[in-house]
Amino acid sequence: MIRIEDLSKNFGQVKAVDTLSFEVSHGEILGLLGPNGAGKTTTLRLIAGFLRPDAGRIQVGEMDAVEETEQVREKIGYLPEYNPLYHDFLVYDYLQYIAGMRGIAPLMREARIREMVEVCGLSSLMDKKIGELSKGNRQRVGLAQAMIHDPEFLILDEPTAGLDPNQISEIRNIIRRLGEHKTVILSSHILSEVEATCSRVVIIHQGRVVADGDPRELQHGAVNESRLHLKIAKGKSDQVLDTLKKLPGVTQVETTQDESAEIKGYLVRSPRENDLRPEIFQLSNKSGWVLYEMHREVVSLEEVFRKLTAN
Amino acid sequence: MSLKTKIATLQERTASAPAALEVANIIKSWKRVAILAKKELYSYFFSPIAYVVMVIYLVFAGYFFFSRFFLFGQIELRTYFVTAPLLLMFLAPAITMRLLSEEINTGSYEMLMTLPLTQTQMLLGKLLAALAFLAITIGVTLSYPLTLSTFGPMDWGPIIGGYLGLLALGGAYLSIGLFTSALTRNQIVAFILGFAICFMLFLVDKMLMFIPGFLVGIFEYLGVEYHFQNFTRGVIDTKDLIYFGSIITVAFAGTRIVLERRK
Repeated sequence: MIRIEDLSKNFGQVKAVDTLSFEVSHGEILGLLGPNGAGKTTTLRLIAGFLRPDAGRIQVGEMDAVEETEQVREKIGYLPEYNPLYHDFLVYDYLQYIAGMRGIAPLMREARIREMVEVCGLSSLMDKKIGELSKGNRQRVGLAQAMIHDPEFLILDEPTAGLDPNQISEIRNIIRRLGEHKTVILSSHILSEVEATCSRVVIIHQGRVVADGDPRELQHGAVNESRLHLKIAKGKSDQVLDTLKKLPGVTQVETTQDESAEIKGYLVRSPRENDLRPEIFQLSNKSGWVLYEMHREVVSLEEVFRKLTAN
Repeated sequence: MSLKTKIATLQERTASAPAALEVANIIKSWKRVAILAKKELYSYFFSPIAYVVMVIYLVFAGYFFFSRFFLFGQIELRTYFVTAPLLLMFLAPAITMRLLSEEINTGSYEMLMTLPLTQTQMLLGKLLAALAFLAITIGVTLSYPLTLSTFGPMDWGPIIGGYLGLLALGGAYLSIGLFTSALTRNQIVAFILGFAICFMLFLVDKMLMFIPGFLVGIFEYLGVEYHFQNFTRGVIDTKDLIYFGSIITVAFAGTRIVLERRK
C-alpha cells in the first residue's frame, strides 16, 4: 500500500505538486495521468525518495518514505523517466551491479538475472553495451533493473515510452502480471495505455488531483451523453434526419461523413440512460431503409482527460 | 497507524532482532559502498580520459625524476616529491571531475540516489574509487625508488613517508575535486574549479611576505606544501594528519550541502 497525504513540492515559485493525496492498495495498478508538466514525474520522484517533499506525508507499506527513506528504497523498484543507464556498461555487468546494490546475495544474483532475462526478453542483449541498444531494448533493461530485487512496490515513470506496438503490449502484459501481487504506480500521458493496464486512474493537473477512480467510472461520470453512429442507404437524407429527430428521447441528429453516394452517415445524440438502438432498428425496417452499420460510441478517456485538464 | 501500535511494533522488532541484525545491516551497507567503489573504478578504465591523465602524470613525474638522475647523477627522490604537489593539482581534479557531474548530466544520478544507499555512503564509495585510481597511478612511480635501490643503499623512511604523504595530499585534493564535481553538470568546469581551489591551498604559504606578521603562522599552517614536506622528511605528525583530515571533512560536508539542495 502506498498512501500519499497532502503532498507538496515547490521549485522556487512553481508549485510542482500541490497538496496531492491518493492511495494505492496492494494488487492494484494505479495510472497517474496528466498533461506535460502536471507533476507526475515529481510525484513519482518524491515517492522513490529522490526528492524531499516540502510538506505532506508519503507512507509506503508500514514505513514513512521521508523518515525511513533508505528502508523504503530497498522495497521499491523504480524506473525513472528517460531511463538513465550507464552507457559504457554491458547489460550483464549493469544488472550485476544493480543486483549487488539491491542487496541480493552473491549466490542468488545469477538466478535473479536469469529470471529478469526471461521476463524482459533480454537473452540476446546480455553482452551488448547499453549505449548501443535501441530505445526499446534500453527500456527493457530499465524494467529489469527495477524488478531485479522483486520489490513490493513498483514505480514506473512512462514505462512504454519509445517502444514499438509489439513491445508495448509485451510490457503491458508484464506489468499486469506484476500488478496482481504487487503495488504498482505508473505514469503516462498515453491514455489508451492507462485504460489497458490500470485498475485505477488518478488524473492530476497543475499538481492537484482532478479525478480519481476506475477508468470506466471516470468515463461515465464525465460525459453524460450517448452517441449512435449510423450508416443508412435508401432513404433521402433530410427525410431520414426528420424521422430520426421525431424519435422520443433524441436530443440531436446530424449528418456525418458519407461512406459512398448511397450509404450516408448520421449521428444521433441522446441522454446516456436512453438506449435507442432497438427503436432505430425497427424504425429503419419500417421506413424501408437499409441499415449498414450502427454503433454506440464509448466516451474515451481522452475526452474525460481533455475536459478535466483544459484551462 | 497509531502511535501506540507503532511503539508496539518497534518494541517487537527490537526484541526479536537484537544487535546482530544491526551489525548485519551495517555490513550490508558497507558492502554497498564497496560495490559502488568497484563500479566507479571499473568505469575509469572505460574512458580514455583516465588513461590520458595517468600517462601525462607519469610522463611529467618521470621527467622530473630522471632529469635529475641522468643530468646530475643524483640518486634521490627529492625532485619527485617537490614537484608532486604541483602535478597532483592537475591529476586529482581530472580524476574526480566526472564522478558527480557526469551522473547529474546524464540523469543517472536519479538512479543512484534511489538505490538503498545514504548520501554519505555514496560519496564515500566515489571517493574510495578515486583514491584507488590515484593509488594505482602513484603506485607506478614506486618503480623509481626500486630502480634507485639497485645502485646503492637507500633511506627508506622519507620515501615511505613521501608516498604516504602523496596519498594524504591526494585524498585532500580528491575530496575538493568531488566537491566541485557536485557543483556543476559540466566536467570541464568541475575540473577548473577543483584545480583553482587546490592551487589556492598551494599558494597560500607562498605569499607570506604580503601578510601581516601575526597572521603568518596561520597562513603557513593553511598551506598544503608545508604539511606535505613533513611527510617527505619521514615524519608523520598528527598535526599534518589532522590538516589533511580536516580538508577532507570540510570538502565532504560541502559536497553534502550542495547535493542536499538538489533534493
